[in-house]
Amino acid sequence: MAKMSLEELRKLRGEMQGEIKRREADGKSIQIIVGMGTCGIAAGAKDTLDSFISVLKDKGIADTAIIRQTGCMGMCANEPTVEVIVPDMPKVIYGNVTAEVAKEVVEKHILGKTLLDKQILDRPSIDIINK
Amino acid sequence: MHYTLCDLIADLTQNSAEAQAKKITVELLETDKDLTVYIRDDGKGMSPEVLQKASNPFYTDGIKHPKRKIGLGIPFLIQTASDTEGSWDIQSKEGEGTTVTARFDLTNIDTPPIGDVPLLFRQILTFPGGCEMQIIRKKNTKTSEFEYDFLRSDLLDALGGLETAGDQALLLDFLQSQEDQSGD
Repeated sequence: MAKMSLEELRKLRGEMQGEIKRREADGKSIQIIVGMGTCGIAAGAKDTLDSFISVLKDKGIADTAIIRQTGCMGMCANEPTVEVIVPDMPKVIYGNVTAEVAKEVVEKHILGKTLLDKQILDRPSIDIINK
Repeated sequence: MHYTLCDLIADLTQNSAEAQAKKITVELLETDKDLTVYIRDDGKGMSPEVLQKASNPFYTDGIKHPKRKIGLGIPFLIQTASDTEGSWDIQSKEGEGTTVTARFDLTNIDTPPIGDVPLLFRQILTFPGGCEMQIIRKKNTKTSEFEYDFLRSDLLDALGGLETAGDQALLLDFLQSQEDQSGD
């Protein structure tokens, strides 16, 4: 790929605008939040992040998914941890999300609307935290 | 020790992002012999006492995780530099900001691999918070020679956003193209 200028980047982005507007009309978006603390980074969260982006792109849904990074989620033993928010599905934090698992999350959770039972991390319920 | 130097740089840049910086500059200068890294921010900075404590892996400011007693970012920098004949320095002033400087000896067999720099830049450019960021890479080795320098605000302006996977995929294509050697 030849060196791209900022103008070329803007143009490339512009070409995709029509497509995006159509999708925005759906009004529902997917959110993927990857834990990027020291623990997450050490466990390979960057590969996980990269895998999410490339798989979402391959599946043609990259513009409907928001990808965010956050610090340590406090579950360092299960890094990389990823929170997945999909409309009409429960909010879930998955643990041990390697690049391969990230692909599975896109295929099964986001597209297939099925939870990946073995990767789900328990989260203490609010009444326990308040005590 | 982190698996790659890029992971270490991401970890240290995260500190700047969490220090209420308005601008962060990450600069990588690479030759055949060494990699010099500068991470500058104008965040809240540290007092000499806190800076001293930050080199202890059993110290953290306790803000993010109230009961946590470890903080490994800076200790990893010290460990990596000192185990591989590199060097490191942190200059910080409360209320003014912090500059982390590190030099890694690329000829030392124990130095971790540099890692994927465009991936690192994409990662730090998409950190949460809207602060300005400048990324600079200058590589001058026997096999390749290039340099680039971008502001987050210019990239954001060109892309219209950095939030979606689509934006981030394009951003990576853009960054990778800056390292293309096949002729301009």
